[in-house]
Amino acid sequence: MPGKLKAKIVAGRHLPVMDRASDLTDAFVEVKFGNTTFKTDVYPKSLNPQWNSEWFKFEVDDEDLQDEPLQITVLDHDTYSANDAIGKVYIDIDPLLSSEAATVISGWFPIYDTIHGIRGEINVLVKVDLFNDLNRFRQSSCGVKFFCTTSIPRCYRAALVHGFVEELVVNEDPEYQWIDRIRTPRASNEARQRLISLMSGELQRKIGLKVLEMGGNAVVGYLQCFDLEGESGLVVRAIGTACTLDKLIPGSEIKESPLAHGCRSSHNSPVHSACSSQRLSHSQNFSVSVPTLVFTEGGSPRICEFPFFTLTCFPPGFLVHIGGVVSARSVKLLDRIHNPDEPETRDAWWEEIRQEIKSHAKALGCHAVVGYSESTTICEEVCILSASGTAAMLNPRFMREGSVCVYSRFDDASPPSCGFCHIPYDEFNMPFPAQLTYCYHCRRQKVPDVLFTTIDLPAEAAVTGKGCLIQARLCRTKKKAQGEVNATAISNLLPFMEYELHTQLMNKLKLRCMNALFGLRIQISVGENMLLGLASATGVYLSALPAPGGIQIAGKTPSDLSYDQHISTMQKRINDTIAMNKELYNIHPPECIEEVVGSPIPDRQRSRLFRSTSESSDELSELDLSHGKKDAFVLEIDDTDAVEDIQSLLTDAPMPAGFYSCNTEVMPGIYNWTSGLQMFTSVRVYRLNNANLTNQGLNKIFTDLCENLLKSLYFKLRSMIPCCLCHLNFTVAVPEEELIQVRRHTPKNTSPILFIFPINILIKLCVFVCFPGSGENEEQLQFSMELCGESTSSNNQPTAKPSVSSVDYGSFADRCSTWLELLRLKAHTIRRGSVKTTSSSERCSPLPEVRSRSLRSTRSLPCGAPVTVVKMTPLSFLPRTRIVKYLGIINMFFIRETTSLREEGGVSGFLHSFIAEVFAMVRAHVAALGGNAVVSYSMKECVFMENPNKNQAQCLINVSGDAVIFVRESDQEAIPPLITCGQTSTTGADGTT
Amino acid sequence: MSVELDVFVVNTTIMDEEVYQLWLDGYTGLGHNINQLTHIDILDTVIHQSYESCYLSAPSSVNDAVKVRMEGGVLEGCEASAEVLHSDTMDQYRTFQMCERLLHSPVKLANQLLFQIPPHRQVMLIERYYAFDSVFVREVLGKKLSKGTKKDLDDVSAKTGVTLKSCRRQFDNFKRVFKVVEELKGPLVENIRQHFLLSDKLARDYAAIVFFANNRFETGKKKLHYLTFQDFAFCAGQLISNWTVGALDNMVEDMDVDLEKEFLQDLKELKILITDRDLLDQHKSLVCTALRGKTKAFNEMEANFKNLSRGLVNIAAKLTNTKEVRDFFIDLVEKFIEPCRSDKWTAGDMRLYLTHYTNSAHVLDTFKHQVVWDRYMGVIKSCILKMYHD
Repeated sequence: MPGKLKAKIVAGRHLPVMDRASDLTDAFVEVKFGNTTFKTDVYPKSLNPQWNSEWFKFEVDDEDLQDEPLQITVLDHDTYSANDAIGKVYIDIDPLLSSEAATVISGWFPIYDTIHGIRGEINVLVKVDLFNDLNRFRQSSCGVKFFCTTSIPRCYRAALVHGFVEELVVNEDPEYQWIDRIRTPRASNEARQRLISLMSGELQRKIGLKVLEMGGNAVVGYLQCFDLEGESGLVVRAIGTACTLDKLIPGSEIKESPLAHGCRSSHNSPVHSACSSQRLSHSQNFSVSVPTLVFTEGGSPRICEFPFFTLTCFPPGFLVHIGGVVSARSVKLLDRIHNPDEPETRDAWWEEIRQEIKSHAKALGCHAVVGYSESTTICEEVCILSASGTAAMLNPRFMREGSVCVYSRFDDASPPSCGFCHIPYDEFNMPFPAQLTYCYHCRRQKVPDVLFTTIDLPAEAAVTGKGCLIQARLCRTKKKAQGEVNATAISNLLPFMEYELHTQLMNKLKLRCMNALFGLRIQISVGENMLLGLASATGVYLSALPAPGGIQIAGKTPSDLSYDQHISTMQKRINDTIAMNKELYNIHPPECIEEVVGSPIPDRQRSRLFRSTSESSDELSELDLSHGKKDAFVLEIDDTDAVEDIQSLLTDAPMPAGFYSCNTEVMPGIYNWTSGLQMFTSVRVYRLNNANLTNQGLNKIFTDLCENLLKSLYFKLRSMIPCCLCHLNFTVAVPEEELIQVRRHTPKNTSPILFIFPINILIKLCVFVCFPGSGENEEQLQFSMELCGESTSSNNQPTAKPSVSSVDYGSFADRCSTWLELLRLKAHTIRRGSVKTTSSSERCSPLPEVRSRSLRSTRSLPCGAPVTVVKMTPLSFLPRTRIVKYLGIINMFFIRETTSLREEGGVSGFLHSFIAEVFAMVRAHVAALGGNAVVSYSMKECVFMENPNKNQAQCLINVSGDAVIFVRESDQEAIPPLITCGQTSTTGADGTT
Repeated sequence: MSVELDVFVVNTTIMDEEVYQLWLDGYTGLGHNINQLTHIDILDTVIHQSYESCYLSAPSSVNDAVKVRMEGGVLEGCEASAEVLHSDTMDQYRTFQMCERLLHSPVKLANQLLFQIPPHRQVMLIERYYAFDSVFVREVLGKKLSKGTKKDLDDVSAKTGVTLKSCRRQFDNFKRVFKVVEELKGPLVENIRQHFLLSDKLARDYAAIVFFANNRFETGKKKLHYLTFQDFAFCAGQLISNWTVGALDNMVEDMDVDLEKEFLQDLKELKILITDRDLLDQHKSLVCTALRGKTKAFNEMEANFKNLSRGLVNIAAKLTNTKEVRDFFIDLVEKFIEPCRSDKWTAGDMRLYLTHYTNSAHVLDTFKHQVVWDRYMGVIKSCILKMYHD
């Protein structure tokens, strides 16, 4: 009996009126955990009941503690008929199980009903007493910490990175059980919510066990997903990176790892190289154990078979080289999961894909995959499993002696700002055709001309100018088919889609005069009769890589004069755009003295993306588009595809002044963050009414949709200028036909031309954005302006390299002038004098470690605000603040259903209030844990279904994130300077104050 | 291709004040529909709201607001289309609609969890929501805040040019405040401020509205048209602080909404000033002596003294009758202000006359009701001075 859970129901407020006669409610509460239920007394005739109950005590196994949520139901007592449920609160008590996280959950929780939404609030107190469990065969894994954050959490130090952990559990979906025919929608929704809550608890526990087995104490980059496979069941799966984390004690470097480091599991004995502090000047010491890196021989260590890391952000020096993006997709037909306890098929599927990824990485000369993620898209019985990551070489210094030291090319002297760009593979035996040059930074190692990755831009990377969001969008029609045929059709289409997406990305990258992509995320979703591909990434100009050549258009039939003219106007437009973009993103690369050395291999255009579909090899040879020209990327516009490409190239609308956007955590080239932060979610559903659209037509529509969404965002956020949309995360889905069939349109909503075929496609986009560098009022704007002047100045000499410094100076001057222009526009009071060009030794990083010189904090909320303000952000940090404590993972699943869609304001009104409710519930849970922010927040799932004929709609949302406590930089000034995992910028701060 | 669903939700709620004002002003393009709805007797306002939100779900419904915003030049400097503007307007309108329920009891807005709104924005939301158009309030001032009045709001809307939706919101606000304070003890203004978190100025205005509605003062007569809401609000403030039960120091368990019965009873005693011939003459001569040579209108004052005095004292004497209370303002205008105006008194004349008229009564030997007289005339004097304009 290793745990005692105690709960106390204090009070309720704003309850709904349940008794029409008296306009009051006789409320009482049921508290349930596992199979035990307690009840409070009925508090008669009040909308603000004060139960002040005794402590309800549950004596349970810690296994149950991990799996089960605490379930609180508020009911209205009725003497004559059955008691009416007002709503429920599910509390995940996992954060209480770790000694370092929260100790008590206490606060107001929204009472949630799947039909009515939030109905009042309830004040609850929850505590857990854990007894020591010495049972070695235990099934629980209490105490293992989980983080959604894909970097080492800010107030921890990674003593060891053990590697990849994964697990999946399956069950039948309650929605598809026979009993669903007779129970109420509310009961069905609640069964589903409860089941998923249970399954994610179980999943976490199992992953925790694996971590313990590996000798770790935490999972970083924890990514949990649901596959709603419909008839064939419900899959909850998760991946993460097992680590041993040490909590950093402010001011000291004492280790207090709860788990003995020497203890390893017997079968894969990882070597824990002690952190070599001489290597890194940082306190963030780092070592890694990758037990089965390249050589998987000997036994079958199930756990660490894959040297994958779900992290996207690493301590300096950890990444040695980056090979490129590796991705694998596989199309599967779903069948019923017969034995939920042995989900072998699903496991085998993923195993297959991971093997492929591993072999791709190997082909790129890399032994590890970083920034790894997995996803699925399901349409009826067809399921596409995808995995992607970045092949990389990690610092062999941290690895077992003798195992991976084959990489003799690793150079100690390789400068950190360019080392990761150097190729990891053998230049004479390249896995794909590439154009190599000597590194523009150190001039010693070879670099490719373009680099695609799924990770965040390393903090130490030297960048010219600013970055920007680059998207490739693609639609492909396919015939409606069933089963096997359908799956084959899809898998035939996939390689072409990947190829085209890649070409688009490449073109857009060139058009912006950039040479690297970070945070690449390619999403392919499948619908009844179309496939959608959306690739998003942040483009940057890496100083170490060669300048990208322009784009040249060539026609194959140069006989026609008007045709030539057409081509030349097109060429001119492209050149103009490139020139304009150079200005826009401040890209002024050093006029390269000479092309040092050409590649030993003939110049050819090549694919950086390493695909795994069977066709990939043919594909690679197919894309030999080059005309032997050295620096120009040639597009032939003979085929319609190319015309389409060019069209899409040129139709991308430029961002309005003052806006920046990227899909990575921080915007490359911007260092002047304020603590102003806003997070939003936007969902759009479009209906395509025209059944017989061509590929081009669809492409155009899809591109327009994405562009419109962005435009709309810029407009809505115009008051926040200057601001940066970070972590812009698009999700596309093509809802199933069956949902659409049931709906018929009132002519009012459909445009007359397309009314003839009022059935087809819904496209859904979810966007999460946060934007630092924004202000709410004039004064704040001034503040941010001033800072920007200062921090850019301190950015002046970021590196010791003189050549780079001069480059930066140019961009710095430019940056200053644009900022000054904005200054003049927005805040006349700023004097030019505030922009000082004092030199400083370090770059002012956008990370919160930058010491705040916050002179006037304008965000002074009137004190005594009764509700804690909880910030939410998809970033892993809050600019200009410091996270002092991680309180535990937030992983919540909600279902909302309505049978009065029109009355709730139609689909938009329904979803708007649901999302607002989800936000409210996340905030309430964080506040109850004692936190004031959620970092690494993401909305994993947002499934929407409607039936306007019946006036019904249903929506499922899954959100996750890390609850934290943060303090503003200014608040912690008193605390002695502690760890800085980015650059220490004390000097920078001093220099500019 | 059509947009089926389009939402944008933020963690810390963004609100455009300009759009909020448009929403409050009822720019929805709904006016027509609601007009028809009013004829059906809808008992529950909730039904109203659901109808409105259902119309809002139709893309055409915010067109008015979009048009106004476009004309206002929002799009200048942004590369945005009307479509974008429409989507933005819809998002904001939905947010406001969801907030509206909370705005009905502003205290809830502070500790609700659904929207994270910074406190200063909350203050703005509440203040604007409870703000009203003076043209509109002038129409319903003193009327019973009943369903009957509400049904006539479309006429008011047509007359004032305020949209029906806005009229309805303002009317419901009046009614809501009225209902809440009606049963509360303690000072009226303070109660309103505490329960609705309004600024002092707005709380005072609401106190006036509640007071007028409760006593059903007639304000709609043609002769009173020249008076603004602020004139009435001032008078209401005077009446509340001097003539109600709570007016005298005993703030313990009083009601500011009703005039003090005993005081009204006592006012009857003032009749002696006009019924007793000697007293009347004596009063007149005292006033005339004081005024002689100080004003051009002296002759008219002297000639009209008895009429004017009768007028004022009769008003006082009649106040015991609730029906007559309603005519308080019309009486003041008819019996006093109009005669003076036709004699071309200046505001200075008026002040001079009323001061001496009040003070002279103290000198009258046989007049024993000095306290009541002061309490009565103090209010009358300031009311008349406020009301004496064109």
